[in-house]
Amino acid sequence: MDYLDQLESEAIHIMREVAGQFERPALLFSGGKDSITLVHLARKAFRPGKFPFPLVHIDTGHNFQEALDFRDWLANSLGERLIVRYVEDTIREKNLKEPTGRNASRNALQTFTLLDTIEEFEFDACIGGARRDEEKARAKERVFSVRDEFGSWDPKRQRPELWNLYNGRIHKGENVRVFPISNWTELDVWNYIQREKIALPSLYFAHERELLVRDGKLMATAGGVIKPEPDDQIVTRTVRFRTVGDISCTAASESQANTLDAVIAEIQATRISERGETRMDDQMSEAAMEDRKKGGYF
Amino acid sequence: MSMDLLRFITCGSVDDGKSTLIGRLLYDSKSILVDQLEAIERASKTKNQGDGGGIDLALLTDGLRSEREQGITIDVAYRYFQTPVRKFIIVDAPGHIQYTRNMVTGASNCQLAIVLIDARNGVVEQTRRHSLIASLLGIPHIVVAINKMDLVDYAQDAFSDICIQYAELAKKLNVSQVSFIPMSALNGDNVVDRSANMPWYEGPTLLEHLETVELSNDTNLTLPRFPVQYVIRPQTTELHDYRGYAGKINSGAFRVGDAVTVLPSAQTSTISRIEFNEQDLTEAEAGQSVILHLFDDIDISRGDLIVRSDTQPIVAQNVEGMLCWMDTKELKVGSKYVLQVGTARTRCSIREIPYRLNIETYEHVEEVESLKLNDLAKVVLRTAQPVAFDTYALNRTNGGAILIDETSNVTVGAVMLEGET
Ligand SMILES: Nc1nc2c(ncn2[C@@H]2O[C@H](COP(=O)(O)OP(=O)(O)OP(=O)(O)O)[C@@H](O)[C@H]2O)c(=O)[nH]1
Ligand SMILES: [Mg+2]
Repeated sequence: MDYLDQLESEAIHIMREVAGQFERPALLFSGGKDSITLVHLARKAFRPGKFPFPLVHIDTGHNFQEALDFRDWLANSLGERLIVRYVEDTIREKNLKEPTGRNASRNALQTFTLLDTIEEFEFDACIGGARRDEEKARAKERVFSVRDEFGSWDPKRQRPELWNLYNGRIHKGENVRVFPISNWTELDVWNYIQREKIALPSLYFAHERELLVRDGKLMATAGGVIKPEPDDQIVTRTVRFRTVGDISCTAASESQANTLDAVIAEIQATRISERGETRMDDQMSEAAMEDRKKGGYF
Repeated sequence: MSMDLLRFITCGSVDDGKSTLIGRLLYDSKSILVDQLEAIERASKTKNQGDGGGIDLALLTDGLRSEREQGITIDVAYRYFQTPVRKFIIVDAPGHIQYTRNMVTGASNCQLAIVLIDARNGVVEQTRRHSLIASLLGIPHIVVAINKMDLVDYAQDAFSDICIQYAELAKKLNVSQVSFIPMSALNGDNVVDRSANMPWYEGPTLLEHLETVELSNDTNLTLPRFPVQYVIRPQTTELHDYRGYAGKINSGAFRVGDAVTVLPSAQTSTISRIEFNEQDLTEAEAGQSVILHLFDDIDISRGDLIVRSDTQPIVAQNVEGMLCWMDTKELKVGSKYVLQVGTARTRCSIREIPYRLNIETYEHVEEVESLKLNDLAKVVLRTAQPVAFDTYALNRTNGGAILIDETSNVTVGAVMLEGET
């Protein structure tokens, strides 16, 4: 078997383990290429049946309209259930303080909404599109990552996980985060998208847009999410997004790549990691991701 | 452009240089991206508190806060890289005895193990333990990396002595191939680039070895096994009678028309369809995730094993195997657990511990009543329901099992099944 076939089959196997072992699973759908890939894999795992889980989106309210439209189109065309919960509502209900200031982002608040949503629907497993090659803390996480009732990851007490045997037994209130594409690299995902002709939001391909330059990064002005400051320069550039997430913490890259071939060629040639190029949230501190996971983030 | 995939692990005692070696391998093969390199440069400076030391390449895999604070590896890290020849999944295991279960986790899917030995210390207890685990897990290739050669003046004698020491140990293990490479992970000697300090060594560098080692296919191709994961029943008007069994073929191959047996119930039928991605296949083989359909409407659910009828596995309630115990709570004769083999789970109790392995000598220690964390032992189990399996030696994917603690739900043991008693 070709390695992409091996990765695909491993991911399908993991998703079916979720279907077989849990009563109320969910697929966390962020609108990015990794979760779009998960949805494609779910089709291969469960068609002609329906997905044994809904798609769940935690909307920060700071998403690209293109990504939201794509999300709705995808759920609709598949005839699968989509649940959306809003960080905005959590802020209101819990009277949370919205981060303010220069690089304010709702990314951290997402966790509250996620945990509330897990509680609301009593989800016992949440499938996510995280990959081990993304970040040094993710590189350490199991495929079945058991979380306590606060969603907290304890890297010192991970369960042994051997062969392709996954242990999803949990106590009430706990839940498991499951990562079917743990062993895929960014390039594997792109090669797979190309091979399978998976549709993506247009944000992933070169397009012209208005941006502001801040700390050397190109941030979208779309939706007025990022408040321009006097020394921010407003520019129009041809860019694409290497990752698509919350507008406040996802930077664009200058690029002319408007086809999958061209995007893949760029990723093959790049000397900067995906998160290093685009994610502001990881660059806050040494252990930003580990800390967020300990706090319940996926 | 089908490329080989090699999964390997680094193991050996604490501080022998496993993480540094992986860092060096990635660094010298230019597989580290600039921002990741900058990040570890920054972290190295903080760590060395400006004592002018170079970059600490171990930080590439030691990504957890407590790992960085203590300068040790706690849990396995996975790294991915490729050369024009092969794709690699690297598993960096912790050397500390307390975290042996994490090493076991990482090793279970590997085809090759790099056992590091500090050239100053030679073979130590963890070298023996990890080598034994690698052998019990059936990892066919072992590379003994005799590291820190810079600290013994790159002396050939130091290298040869340890080779002899290890070869002695390897005789008692079940490994098909052992290679020895002298190196300095810290300075990069014989990792990717050939060492100018050890002209006496004529073998391959580590990377050359990894790129060329013959990958014996460790999947069993002759015993068709299909653990049912999930039953697909759309129950819509058009697909009213649709009933497909979803799973991944563990070993062997299935064809439409094959006579099959469903275990443990022993009902028989014939494969009517093999489906993948809503298309029909005539045949599917080990590693593929598919949907099987049978001619007869028999009762099949998750946990059942579909096999080709002319190649029956063992179906038994009294089974034995080699156990690796991974819990701080002791295992005692008479204790009860959940045994998971493939997708099947059943309760079981420990009937007997015929022997435990002495890590120093690999000799059997008999009359054992309980096992402690990290013990390796032969055990006899009695299961509540019959389990269908092959011996681990014959079929790794259908002979590996885990024990789950019923109250904590934690995976506490790994069992390489050996047969019926
Ligand atoms: N002189 C010398 N030092 C080395 C060499 N390889 C590693 N070291 C040093 O040995 C120490 C331990 O290295 P690590 O790579 O963290 O060891 P490890 O085997 O990963 O340790 P654990 O994962 O905690 O078991 C560090 O200070 C390294 O710099 C080598 O070839 N020569
Ligand atoms: Mg280490």
